[in-house]
Amino acid sequence: MDELSVKDIIKPENLVYGKSKIMTDTPLHYCYGCSHGVVHKLVAEVIEEMGIQEDTIGIAPVGCSVMMYYYLDIDWLQAPHGRAPALATGYKRINPKKYVFTYQGDGDLAAIGTGETMHAVNRGENIVMIFINNAIYGMTGGQMAPTTLLGQVTSTSPYGRDIDLNGYPLKITELIAQLPGAAYVTRQSVHTPANVRKCKKALRKAFENSAKNIGTSFVEVVSTCNSGWKINPVESNKWMEENMFPFYPLGDLKDSERDSAEKYQVQKLKK
Amino acid sequence: MKGNEVIAEAAIRCGCDGYFGYPITPQSEVMETLMARRPWEETGMVVLQAESEVAAVNMLYGGASSGKKVMTSSSSPGISLMSEGISYLAGAALPAVIVNVQRGGPGLGTIQPSQADYFQATKGGGHGDYHLIVLAPSSVQEMNDFVDLAFELAFKYTNPAMILTDGVIGQMMEKVELSPFKPRWTEAQIEELNGSWAATGKKSHRERYIKTSLEMVSEKQEKINQNFQDKYRQMENEDVRYEALLCDDAEYIIVAYGVSARISQKAVDILRAEGVKVGLLRPITLFPFPKKIISELADRVKGFLSVEMSSGQMVEDVRLAVNGKKKVEHFGRMGGVIATPSEVVEALHSKLIGG
Repeated sequence: MDELSVKDIIKPENLVYGKSKIMTDTPLHYCYGCSHGVVHKLVAEVIEEMGIQEDTIGIAPVGCSVMMYYYLDIDWLQAPHGRAPALATGYKRINPKKYVFTYQGDGDLAAIGTGETMHAVNRGENIVMIFINNAIYGMTGGQMAPTTLLGQVTSTSPYGRDIDLNGYPLKITELIAQLPGAAYVTRQSVHTPANVRKCKKALRKAFENSAKNIGTSFVEVVSTCNSGWKINPVESNKWMEENMFPFYPLGDLKDSERDSAEKYQVQKLKK
Repeated sequence: MKGNEVIAEAAIRCGCDGYFGYPITPQSEVMETLMARRPWEETGMVVLQAESEVAAVNMLYGGASSGKKVMTSSSSPGISLMSEGISYLAGAALPAVIVNVQRGGPGLGTIQPSQADYFQATKGGGHGDYHLIVLAPSSVQEMNDFVDLAFELAFKYTNPAMILTDGVIGQMMEKVELSPFKPRWTEAQIEELNGSWAATGKKSHRERYIKTSLEMVSEKQEKINQNFQDKYRQMENEDVRYEALLCDDAEYIIVAYGVSARISQKAVDILRAEGVKVGLLRPITLFPFPKKIISELADRVKGFLSVEMSSGQMVEDVRLAVNGKKKVEHFGRMGGVIATPSEVVEALHSKLIGG
């Protein structure tokens, strides 16, 4: 095959990849090596490819992605810490035709917002929840998260997470998968091109589920936080593979239409 | 009908799009009435029982962002839980209606009626420099009328509005003329009325809308705060509401709102029969507070008695309005105890006439 000249390369018909039109030109504030940027890009691509920009509402959390609204050109609500699933519920219930998604970190979704998370899924809200799990509080400077691994050093577990002192890392995604309101629960990562493609497929499916009224779609992305972990981006990927994946294994946890009441042995009360 | 039931009925009739709440005494009849009425079949109004007051107020935030009419109701401890969310609603400049059927505090307090949440309601309640529009009904009829009024003011100012009532008015049964049905806003009406701010999905003809209370640049955050203060000043210029009863020839003024105004009205009757020239000023809006009329009255009366079911909260606003011109005293019962008209009469004698 002949090599393409520069002239050929820049022809529009030879374009093989471009920035999603949903992504704004604002430079991302994230650290180099952080997973947020990749996941943002995937969400933007899914919204663009599905043609749902005008019908999509994003709910930004408190945490590193609090200003996600700078980067995706859709209407946004910015939630108090942990409350994104409640905002999503309120929005979606009175605007059932919209696509509503939350984007939350581990502290937001699995610590301060555990109640809102579990109850929104348990009601089977027809929303998408994107859960960035990097086992640390990034924005506040590397404190222990509910998902911090045993022995993991953070600024508030300086001798490593200790069971007696801190309890266990919370596998909230496994809990979510138990709830009958959850339609689709999956755990992904974006540390290799193959994983990026898989994660995008999962996000696409989650957004498509929104229009089917089959319950909540929940996509966890096991992510890196090299600043919080105090290692470089390359080592972060390796650390994640070696430490995070054994405890938070990738793959689908649940993929079904809303489970029937019978399956959960719900009995009709006698009058 | 009961005051609480009327709140529910008025919500359906004024075209409310969504109610999100959590049970708490003495206001649970609001959600119970809504659930029994099933307005989703009639008007399309959504009613949802949340897992907590915290979730309920954040559902309000979500719903309000779309430019639709959303409301909640609770009682004192529940309002404390909601206060974070109310601060966010004010910070994001979102309209919503919050009903507080007050009970005695602090803490779990009591389920009996109280007016001890005046400071919380009128001075913000949560963190930051903000105010709610606060309406104080003193009858079941006003429980009906003020739901629609609260929505009107909330949307006029894109600011949350509170109906500050109490366990007496909420539980009391009175005759009421319900408002005629108003249809819920259509999508087109929402675009026309609230299109300048409502996050209904990014349109090609406009920039994306971000409903947030976050602004990291201090100078910009100060500007946002200045805009809020302008809004509060506009409220004070345009939307102060009060009722003045027998104030024209009065030598003494009782200032009271809600159920205390009802009790004080009886006290005024007794005092007038005794020959005491006393009038009743009933603030209907607690924020904006009727400062101007109180200041004017201060030029010609001998003194004021603020009657509240609290240790004396509104009395501070009365004193600020009177600004030292005349004596201002407080009379109140606390912890769920309801004052009697004769106690108010006695207080006026001992604290103002004889004092």
